[in-house]
Amino acid sequence: METIRCIIVAVGGQGNLLAARVLGEAALGAGIPVHMSEIHGMAQRGGVVESALVLGDARSSIISDGEADVLLGFEPAETLRALNRAHPQTLVVTNLSPLPPFTAAIGKGTYPDTEQVQSIIRKKTAKLVALDALALAEEAGNPLALNMVLLGALLRTGKLPLRAEAVKETIRTTTKEAFVPVNLRAFDLGFAAAA
Amino acid sequence: MHKLVVDEPGKQMLLLGNEAIARGALEAGVACATTYPGTPSSEISQNFFEISGESDLYFEYSTNEKVALEVAAAAANAGLRSMCVMKHVGLNVAADALMTLAYIGVKAGLVVVSADDPFMFSSQNEQDNRYYGKMAGLCMLEPSCLQEAKEMAAYGFDLSERLGEPVLLRTTTRINHCTEKVTLGPIRPRQIRGSFAKDPFHLVAIPAVSRALHTRLLERLREAEALSCASPYNFRQGAGPWGIVCNGVSYGYVCDALKDLAIEDKVNVLRIGFSNPMPTGPISEFCRGVEKILVVEEGEAFMEEAVRSIAQQAGVTIPIKGKSRDLFTPWGEFDPAMVREKTASFFGVPVRVAPRIDLSDVAPIAQRPPNLCAGCPHRATFYEVKQAAGDAAQTLFPTDIGCYTLGLLPPLSAADFLLCMGSSVGTGCGFSRFTDKKVVSFIGDSTFFHSGVPGLINAVYNNHDFTLVILDNGTTAMTGHQPHPGVDMADFGRSGYGKVTLEGVARGVGVEHVTVIDPYKVNKSVEAIREALDHKGISVVIARQVCPLYTRGRKIVKKRPFRITEKCRNHRVCVDQLACPAMYVEKEKVRINPNLCTGCAVCAQVCPENAIVPVKQ
Repeated sequence: METIRCIIVAVGGQGNLLAARVLGEAALGAGIPVHMSEIHGMAQRGGVVESALVLGDARSSIISDGEADVLLGFEPAETLRALNRAHPQTLVVTNLSPLPPFTAAIGKGTYPDTEQVQSIIRKKTAKLVALDALALAEEAGNPLALNMVLLGALLRTGKLPLRAEAVKETIRTTTKEAFVPVNLRAFDLGFAAAA
Repeated sequence: MHKLVVDEPGKQMLLLGNEAIARGALEAGVACATTYPGTPSSEISQNFFEISGESDLYFEYSTNEKVALEVAAAAANAGLRSMCVMKHVGLNVAADALMTLAYIGVKAGLVVVSADDPFMFSSQNEQDNRYYGKMAGLCMLEPSCLQEAKEMAAYGFDLSERLGEPVLLRTTTRINHCTEKVTLGPIRPRQIRGSFAKDPFHLVAIPAVSRALHTRLLERLREAEALSCASPYNFRQGAGPWGIVCNGVSYGYVCDALKDLAIEDKVNVLRIGFSNPMPTGPISEFCRGVEKILVVEEGEAFMEEAVRSIAQQAGVTIPIKGKSRDLFTPWGEFDPAMVREKTASFFGVPVRVAPRIDLSDVAPIAQRPPNLCAGCPHRATFYEVKQAAGDAAQTLFPTDIGCYTLGLLPPLSAADFLLCMGSSVGTGCGFSRFTDKKVVSFIGDSTFFHSGVPGLINAVYNNHDFTLVILDNGTTAMTGHQPHPGVDMADFGRSGYGKVTLEGVARGVGVEHVTVIDPYKVNKSVEAIREALDHKGISVVIARQVCPLYTRGRKIVKKRPFRITEKCRNHRVCVDQLACPAMYVEKEKVRINPNLCTGCAVCAQVCPENAIVPVKQ
């Protein structure tokens, strides 16, 4: 089967690894070969956390620069920073609510404007789906459900060989029981927003 | 029930590499597991720790890797299947025990896991631990995928018992932190009680005994080589005039590359999974059957040297290449595109160059380096030490391995020298002796227990003149909050443990000036540190305050966050000298993010206008 390579970038603490896990479990359930890789040594120290998800016939579990078919960004500046992982046909899904790094907060380096982020990504890739995932997560009942909002938006694009219903079932079985209703609501809001 | 002890052979699970390795050991009936935590190996032992709480598996967080290996070596010599887990540099610490353990051997299986870290995602070097297999004379297994990682972890015990020697299981970060489908096997029951038959003339490594033991090890190595030659982990695939020898994750990259380049019918692949001793016969035969060989291996030219040497003995003069200026480098890790391009270039086949996005017009984005957390007590201690020391240019800060190494970054800039675990103390001895600078060394609580103590004894004995600041946050924070000898194990719901206090150790080894500070109390701490700096000889300051990330996980009541009032005159001492990530600048005014602020109140104490106050409930 066709190989789909997906990179997920986020700031430590945003729930990147759980999002990747949900997609991986859903793929396993659907009988799709899946290889995932993550760098999480600094996951809780405010750094960037990156997951790679390779679906389909491939043996590698990491993705070279310029070879991600899907780029899912949890933070607009990190999505832009990870654009070197994408190619001109890449689908990009990004959250728009900013989380400026401390360096920008103390005036060391520039934090890009989100309008500018969107226009650069639109110009250089095949498709951009951009949404305020934080607002939708809060609407769902918990800002920490931002990752589920973004999964919903990603599934709406139809780019992954996974069904939304199957991913929701995985959310039911792999996320903490107390958070399941909020997570499912968040997923649905993201799914609807990406229409 | 822990997910890794599910007894359903044939069940398929999505596992992290480290979970697969732990599962393999459990399937082999591992009875004793020991470790000192270290990325990328930590989740292997985290799982053992959890399982030991609900079963008769013995697991311990040992004080360091050498002790961990000694405990496991004794267990294996008492007849218990044992696993000892560490990161690559941990094996340097355990190497003294390992080299002679190879002479002494084991009665039950012992598998030593060495998790290497090419590209140094979270390590101080990227040494290639395959050379330890060669140096010690031990078998080494290297998986290419997680199913194999699980199987090799289990097979390692059988191999170890067959030869009477420990076996090294070597992984890299992309095995440990990869996630794939793994099919479970049956779990063999554990043998949890051992016995020891005295046999000093084979088990006490004095020269006369060791001479005989080394002879025996060399014989065992000959048997090991025969096993390597026959091992299904050293397999060939494909056919054609060209050859590739590869190992570990590189095998997956090679498979993908040959498919992408459409040269699967032209290339013969020899995958080495049993990499010490190298399988001489199969390699010799492989060399005779191909026109040229590309060796694809991360790290050093370990296999390349062996292949070239075997080819030379076989009288084969074909080109054999791997590490060279135009091919692969020992630096960093490989990736699929790199392997595809180098393979194409070596065999002279066209490679599709995918269109790339031109990003030259995108302005640089503010970096997002990892940072000490909001409310981290280490930040407060660094600030206080610099206040007490006065002129930072006249003070040297040897540092150590842990979160606090991040004190390197400005504005804290509290790190001048680092080698390895415990080195802040030994180098503190040297720098204070040979420079005119004041020396303040920083070491974490867990790192101090790991290997800081001998340095401190040295400082007392040789009368070195510096201050050792032990950053005591009550946990091994960097690797995921594992316990250590200074931790009350009741916090983990465990009983039957002892507890060692830092001040007890410091006073016990003869340090005369020992003080304990709470880094959240700024003025008092500065004063206490100043006294320690003024003390002639070695002094110890224990900066005690629990890791805020750790408390977050343990649901300890959160303190009220702080805010900045209108009294602020924009001195910016808070932002410029503490640089807590809860702070940000908006419209030229400093603000505090109440969701990130932990209420430590350190910024409130450094503000010259007293403009930082708790948020009203």
